[in-house]
Amino acid sequence: MSHSALIDRRTVIDWLGIAPFMIFALLFLILPTLYLVTGAFVTPEGDFTFKNIADLFSPSILSAYWISIKVSLASSLGGAVIGFFLAWAIVMGGLPRSIRSGLLTFSGVASNFAGVPLAFAFIATLGRTGLVTVLLRDMIGFNLYSTGFNLLSFFGLTITYMFFQIPLMVLILTPALDGMKREWREASEILGATTWQYWRMIALPILWPSLLGTTLLLFANAFGAIATAYALTGSSLNIVPILLYAQIRGDVLHNPNLGYALALGMIVITGLSNVLYIWLRSRAERWQK
Amino acid sequence: MKSTRILAWLAILIGVIYFIVPLIGTFEFSLRMRRGEYSFDAYQSVFSDIQFRTTFGFSMLMALFTIVFGMLLVVPTAYWVRLRLPRMRPVVEFITLLPLVIPAIVIVFGYLRLYNSSSFLPLTNSTSGTNMLLVFSYMTLSLPYMYRAVDTAMRMIDVGTLTEAAESLGAKWPTILFRCIFPNVMSGVLSGAFITFAIVMGEFTMASLLNRPAFGPYLQLVGANKAYEPSALAIIAFAITWLSMGLLQLVSRFQKTAPVKA
Repeated sequence: MSHSALIDRRTVIDWLGIAPFMIFALLFLILPTLYLVTGAFVTPEGDFTFKNIADLFSPSILSAYWISIKVSLASSLGGAVIGFFLAWAIVMGGLPRSIRSGLLTFSGVASNFAGVPLAFAFIATLGRTGLVTVLLRDMIGFNLYSTGFNLLSFFGLTITYMFFQIPLMVLILTPALDGMKREWREASEILGATTWQYWRMIALPILWPSLLGTTLLLFANAFGAIATAYALTGSSLNIVPILLYAQIRGDVLHNPNLGYALALGMIVITGLSNVLYIWLRSRAERWQK
Repeated sequence: MKSTRILAWLAILIGVIYFIVPLIGTFEFSLRMRRGEYSFDAYQSVFSDIQFRTTFGFSMLMALFTIVFGMLLVVPTAYWVRLRLPRMRPVVEFITLLPLVIPAIVIVFGYLRLYNSSSFLPLTNSTSGTNMLLVFSYMTLSLPYMYRAVDTAMRMIDVGTLTEAAESLGAKWPTILFRCIFPNVMSGVLSGAFITFAIVMGEFTMASLLNRPAFGPYLQLVGANKAYEPSALAIIAFAITWLSMGLLQLVSRFQKTAPVKA
């Protein structure tokens, strides 16, 4: 056997080693997605068309995207702001060490506590007969629902989503805040900077890629979620994942290929926010060496 | 400095209120089933429901299959990429992150179209085929977490030296993989397993659209039809998540005591 044949055999074995993984990814991740993406550009008869994409801009579908984007944006911004202050408190607030480890452990749990049970928890708390609703009514005579508040609405869904958004922000942002060097703060103080100046001119310029990037990740996280919303609102709140769910169940759009276009729209939105997140994270990592 | 600390405590206080109140509310609600007094009736009702037991068991079984097959797929791949194909690393890592980019509902939508009765691989034709598809879908969902956990554990061992040592002692590939590599990345395998368990147990979208009697769709059904049982179930689900994550942290603490090598 010649030497070059040996090398060839070795190369083949090298590639065979990851073949099971590649085949799995192809069959259960890439092909199903490609099937929908290509389906979005053909008519039911199989001819190429842009009509499905154009039909996405009809008022009912557009409003579904709009509500989805609003809920995802509000819950990711709210989660980012509150998560930032919590992460700041445990890293720079001078709190006991136990608070830090306690909050991080809890965040690990809460960021994974989503789906149907999360909806139950908020119904039991802020629903019409929920604990907080009843307490407010009986203790101080304040009727939450007479203010127009409704858990099964944009606002209710946003509050509920924040239960897993805030912990996710805390988990990702804590290492970034840990990476802020003490010397930077000290140097700025020696030069006479106020706390405000330190944050505006040093900390935030370094942190903004982490902050913005994580917010985008939270956005994508909320945009693809369905179980919580479905258990909370049934199908009364018309967000994109619920519309897609109904379409898969029973072709409510009366055009299977429009369903594919709906899925493509979701991939584009979550894909864009993830690409931006990865780009911003690579920028943020320059400071975390 | 003092004002900083007050602000920090204030932030923690707001966070604690936001996170604790729904849990207390849920627990309180779950005790309200008997009129006029607190009782564990809702829990009794849940545990005596035959549907609860079958769906819970079904999801446990699916989680077990997902973990076993997922690890059989992920560990050899991560090992091989580190040992022989480092240049494929970015590609493999990119693929493992895709399930975070493509929403679960889109993936399962693709399955339903690609593996229906008229396709080249008609998995949804039979119950066992659909169950297989469900396990594959869960493997896909947990891929980012499993791969990261295993790859992190593998970074701490010297894969090349370990392999050469085993080879020079006459070990064959299965021996190297199962008696040398697997035990050494056990902490990663366990971390991945616990997070996978937490994900699979409550998963709704895949199971519901594939029409399988899993715990997630059962939860949704109870939520739509009963008053107090959902709260009891939410507390049970929270306990399961807490248990999985607690075990995960325990395992990763062991991991940190091992020598770290970049």
